[in-house]
Amino acid sequence: MTTSELPASLAEIVEDFQSVPDPQRLELLLEFSDELPDLPERYDGHAEEMEQVIECQTPLFLAVELDRSGDHSADPLVQLYVAAPAEAPTSRGFASVLQQGVAGLPASTVLEVPEDLASRLGLAKALTPLRLRGMSALLGRLKRNVREQLAESTGDQA
Amino acid sequence: MTSTTENTEFSEYAHPEKLVSTQWVADHIGDENVVVLESNEDTLLYSTGHIPGAIKIDWHTELNDPVTRDFVGPEAFAEMAASKGIGPDTTVVFYGDKSNWWAAYALWVFTLYGHRDTRLMNGGRDKWIAEGREQTREVPQVHRAEYPVTQRDDTTERASREDVLGHFGKPLVDVRSPQEYTGETTHMAGYPQEGTLRGGHIPTAASVPWAKAANEDGTFKSRAELEALYRDEAGLGDADEVIAYCRIGERSSHTWFVLKHLLGYQNVRNYDGSWTEWGNAVRLPIAVGEEPGEAPAL
Repeated sequence: MTTSELPASLAEIVEDFQSVPDPQRLELLLEFSDELPDLPERYDGHAEEMEQVIECQTPLFLAVELDRSGDHSADPLVQLYVAAPAEAPTSRGFASVLQQGVAGLPASTVLEVPEDLASRLGLAKALTPLRLRGMSALLGRLKRNVREQLAESTGDQA
Repeated sequence: MTSTTENTEFSEYAHPEKLVSTQWVADHIGDENVVVLESNEDTLLYSTGHIPGAIKIDWHTELNDPVTRDFVGPEAFAEMAASKGIGPDTTVVFYGDKSNWWAAYALWVFTLYGHRDTRLMNGGRDKWIAEGREQTREVPQVHRAEYPVTQRDDTTERASREDVLGHFGKPLVDVRSPQEYTGETTHMAGYPQEGTLRGGHIPTAASVPWAKAANEDGTFKSRAELEALYRDEAGLGDADEVIAYCRIGERSSHTWFVLKHLLGYQNVRNYDGSWTEWGNAVRLPIAVGEEPGEAPAL
């Protein structure tokens, strides 16, 4: 995979956005916002266990879990969990796109998701640049979190 | 115009007709000459549920010009208003999230275009929800109206950076956070950096963060509290002319509303270029720290 290619799951989401006109892109983002799953019990009410995405306009928290079971010890599978308030549907929508787009992907694939993912959704006209930067920040933090967890586990084995 | 004579709860303010209660909106939203507009920071928020019958207005796509850093032109404004069922005599009620911050901004832009009957719903979206009032995702059918193309007045309620330079010696109000005022940061806590090169404030400006004008429930503070805050603490006194600014002119729209309509200052202008213009401009004077600083010799 080159850096300009998206994993299939994210490519499909981007295509969904690109295939509809501007006003409907916001409706689609709202659908994603509605679909953001509730936090699992271990994080619910435990913001301190999560990482805050301070670049976002609203309090947004993420947690990343790596599944090393089975054949995945070298390249674990990623699960992203995000807490975003109902009053922040745009942030929720972005979080949900990312959550669905990377769910179950190998860490190596997640680390190669292109940085310009937010602009590929075609929302630059509908949303302010600040909003789009918030999504880029979310992706950046996801990758950094994955990278740190991978580095820690390498350290453990050494 | 729709009568608000039955509505006496805001009589302490200088222009009580500029505020309506949530109950007034519940009672009048179906009226023929009333249009209720929701204006939020988060453009998707309206779609998650809004006051039944309310119409969305998007400050980013409908009030700002897509190319030049300015508001939309006269034709675009008239078209936008007509498409929302607004005529020149319509009572337009604004409400929104964050203590009506963005609602005040939309109201201010309507004022630049000379729309006469504009009002804010006191307490905004949060108060409506806190009172357990009905919300819906259903977008109302709008009957298009006719709106004349009118010229925007950029001098009475709006200040340019040249106006600010010519204003030294008269009161300026900086409504940003204390950290933005001193120059410690150039953006609000929890918000991303917006690319301002220098931190600080316009020399002589008094610091009154905008949210001090609002109660916990998003409603405006009492006349007496507002008088104490602006007239006394910030030293506006009986000033003839005041200019307020923030970062891009949205938070200061809220303060503009307070000074003009609730306290009755005659000449209040909002400098919408605000810190993202001033803090990036070459050779404009800047003060840092907690003191207002001296007026520069120009």
